[in-house]
Amino acid sequence: MACLVVVARRPDAPHGLDLRAYLVLAGVVVAVRTLFRVLFGGTALGTGPVVLDLPAVPLPDLLSGVTLLGPVTAGSLLAGVYDGLRLAAVLVCVGAANSLADARRLLRAVPGALAEVSTAVVIALTAAPQLLDSVRRVRRARRLRAGGAEGVRALPAVLSPVLADALDRSLALAGAMAVRGYGRTADVPRRARRTSAALLLGGLLGTCWGLVGLLDPTAGAATGLPVLLGGALLAVLGLRLASARVRRTAHRPDPWGAPEWAVVAAGAASAGAMVLAAALDPTGVAPSTTPPAWPEPSPLALAAVLVAALPAVLAPRPGAAPRPRRTSVGAAGTARPAAPAAALRGGAR
Amino acid sequence: MTSASAPAPVLRLDRVSVTYPGAERPVLRDVDLDVPEGELCLVAGPTGSGKSTLLGAACGLVPHLTGGELAGEVLVAGASTRTTPPRDLAHLVGFVGQDPVAGFVTDSVEDELAYAMEQLAVPVPAMRRRVEEVLDLLGVADLRDRPLRTLSGGQAQRVAIGSVLAAGPRVLVLDEPTSALDPGAAEDVLAALVRLVHDLAVTVLVAEHRLERVVQHADRVVLVGRDGRVRAGEPAAMMRDHDGAPPVVELARVAGWDPPPLSVRDARRRAGPLVERLAGRRPAPRPAPGRDDGPPLLRSRGLAVVHGRGSGAVRAVAGVDLDLAAGEVVALMGRNGSGKSSLLWAWQGSGPRSGGDVRVLGDVPELGAAGAGTDAHPCTTAPRGRRPGLRDLLRPARRPVDGPDAEGRRDPGALAPAAARALVGLVPQTPGDLLYLGSVAAECAQADAESGRPPGTCRALLDEVSPGVPDDRHPRDLSEGQRLALVLAVQLAAAPRVVLLDEPTRGLDEGAKRRVGEAVRALAAEGRAVVLATHDVELVAGAADRVVVMAQGRVVADGATAEVVAASPAFAPQTAKVLAPEPWLVPDEVRAALAGEGLPEGDVVRGMS
Repeated sequence: MACLVVVARRPDAPHGLDLRAYLVLAGVVVAVRTLFRVLFGGTALGTGPVVLDLPAVPLPDLLSGVTLLGPVTAGSLLAGVYDGLRLAAVLVCVGAANSLADARRLLRAVPGALAEVSTAVVIALTAAPQLLDSVRRVRRARRLRAGGAEGVRALPAVLSPVLADALDRSLALAGAMAVRGYGRTADVPRRARRTSAALLLGGLLGTCWGLVGLLDPTAGAATGLPVLLGGALLAVLGLRLASARVRRTAHRPDPWGAPEWAVVAAGAASAGAMVLAAALDPTGVAPSTTPPAWPEPSPLALAAVLVAALPAVLAPRPGAAPRPRRTSVGAAGTARPAAPAAALRGGAR
Repeated sequence: MTSASAPAPVLRLDRVSVTYPGAERPVLRDVDLDVPEGELCLVAGPTGSGKSTLLGAACGLVPHLTGGELAGEVLVAGASTRTTPPRDLAHLVGFVGQDPVAGFVTDSVEDELAYAMEQLAVPVPAMRRRVEEVLDLLGVADLRDRPLRTLSGGQAQRVAIGSVLAAGPRVLVLDEPTSALDPGAAEDVLAALVRLVHDLAVTVLVAEHRLERVVQHADRVVLVGRDGRVRAGEPAAMMRDHDGAPPVVELARVAGWDPPPLSVRDARRRAGPLVERLAGRRPAPRPAPGRDDGPPLLRSRGLAVVHGRGSGAVRAVAGVDLDLAAGEVVALMGRNGSGKSSLLWAWQGSGPRSGGDVRVLGDVPELGAAGAGTDAHPCTTAPRGRRPGLRDLLRPARRPVDGPDAEGRRDPGALAPAAARALVGLVPQTPGDLLYLGSVAAECAQADAESGRPPGTCRALLDEVSPGVPDDRHPRDLSEGQRLALVLAVQLAAAPRVVLLDEPTRGLDEGAKRRVGEAVRALAAEGRAVVLATHDVELVAGAADRVVVMAQGRVVADGATAEVVAASPAFAPQTAKVLAPEPWLVPDEVRAALAGEGLPEGDVVRGMS
């Protein structure tokens, strides 16, 4: 499903082309996961008919409990494949999000208080290819001198011009940014600054604590969701306050209209349906491996997958005539993240 | 020299001195300067004289970003840079540095134009309107959605100007905006600047070595001396006795015009009597003592270079057949991106080559221990169609050394680097890339070792090219001209008979440029073939015997300098434009002819001064 969405709505930009690499990686993950099932202890897990009868190789005492090879059952093999598929699905989703969404556009959506951080990230994104160019240029120039050194000994000859170059360029950039008003702040009383800092810090702590509580069942139910939500709330408040200190406007905020809502809705619906299906009929979502059986997905789960594919039709076609922009989305430049990424949370299940 | 009726100064420097940490003496000393609203003010002076410091002081980057100590006061529209950091001056003064690409923050043209306004919290409707205005003012409207990295030099320069202009500053400060550009692109940038001055009354402060391009548009010239003192005044008056004035002024001195004209147009209107005096004379033939008409030193046939592959492949050089004879200076001209650099690199053998043949005559040294590797460059050794990977970049592939052909010519692309550089020496566009040691002496010693020459060879060559470069100086602390001389000496240490120079006069002042011209002539006189890839029409007019013009990777013109250059609107030097259609290229030729050294044609010799 993720692939479908990507293929249908892939932007024509360099970052929109690298899903293939993720697909290959996903394939490798499935293969490796299955191979490991075969290599390590097929006996311990899974039942069903033995597919491949390999001799078990007991390991020395140091690694007791781990057996190499051994008879491979269909159940354990299937479990391995399913495990691998699960990881692969996550990978493909990440890859799809990566190839659909432009990191720079996402950064434009960060709250005003973090605008300077996002500028730094954008510069880093541009600096990396420039640095590579510079290395290539100096490497090529080195041949002109035929310096004998190779490998590690050639490092200073390459590094010193490249670093000097990078330093010069970063100074030039700092100057160019300063004269264009980068880092201007509005006058905000010290107390307000302190409050926003405290709120942000508290929010971050709360979010972390809440996440730990949520993921670790032993931490107790009380420290789960409520703390997470409270932390998030604090963080949002802090950001709001801090954003008041930064006076910026966004030239062309990304619009947020019906198609964006539709895509998000499709993603949420798909995820919700999947959770519901898992609760109602576990075998319809996670097919049994003991004994191995043909997967028989429940209608609800199937529908969830189909819904996840909807963004392929719902999302606007990149490069199509731009829709009329909404005049302004808040002075602090808070457009929302690129829509398709949200849909992918539900995709590829 | 401020006139009484001048409007109030928008930029005022009041007894400004700047001293950098660790320096013995100030870069700028007691500078008093008033620049009124709506003036184009040209800052000129030798390299290292403090031009850039003056510009930096005007926009507050000196000393806020660079460090150093500023005495006196700089006022921009009434705001003192002493108390206001540059970011809070953004709406008053804009600055574009020498490399506009290094100052880009975003990745598309429109975003870049909006960036400054976003920082200044300009309301969105006003921002939209102003982006459109700037796009039109600078003539970049058709580039609005283009990624910044795909822009040409002139386009990038105009976008950079637009990006600071969008904030609505009253003063615009530009450091060498046209020196890296070909003549056409430079014209575009200057036209845009003049429009800003005329239509918007923006005050423009511009530093430039290429006086011949800018001085005719200037309302005021500021000369920065080596001692850090500054003189300002009317352009014509300042140029009258300036060392390194543009060729029209030089011509005016020869012809006795006073005050000197600053543009070709003004000079042409006064050139009538001079043309009459010169009638019937021809420039003395260029002395080319080393030139021989024997077999060419370098022969290239069907040379092609393709960068990249697949749909992104760019054909940089498309089938070039050229011969270089011993003792000639060849100028390679053409727009930015016409394939000049690619051709030089392919000739040298270090750059990629996707087809054709290069053969160079010369002695290849017996390779000693230093640089004895038989490595050929990955780009040339990789099978066609395979892109060199990271591994290739780190450790070049090996390939046996090719033997010479029937006439003793070798293909430098197939040779080890040490052998290739003994055939063809190349000084790249950024000569600093070749230098990595801590002192001039160390670089020279390393060059001697690399080329298997007795110690002291490189140093002697350096003294020939540019005397008096201190041994213990760090190469990065040398002036542009000295650094170029050092790299040239390093390359000459291998004694190549073909010498290629890529944009040698970029960033050089008039004096250094003249020395490059002399050095090039001297190299040719020793029987070498010298190639200059350059946009500098005056250098070409003064130093080259032959001009090759490239466009889109092909040779579109090839002939004697006078023939090729005089006819071209873009590449004609100022003297040729003034005296067209007569074949004079540089003021020196006119001076010699007037002094009676020209060859009279026919019987009548008209009056001489």
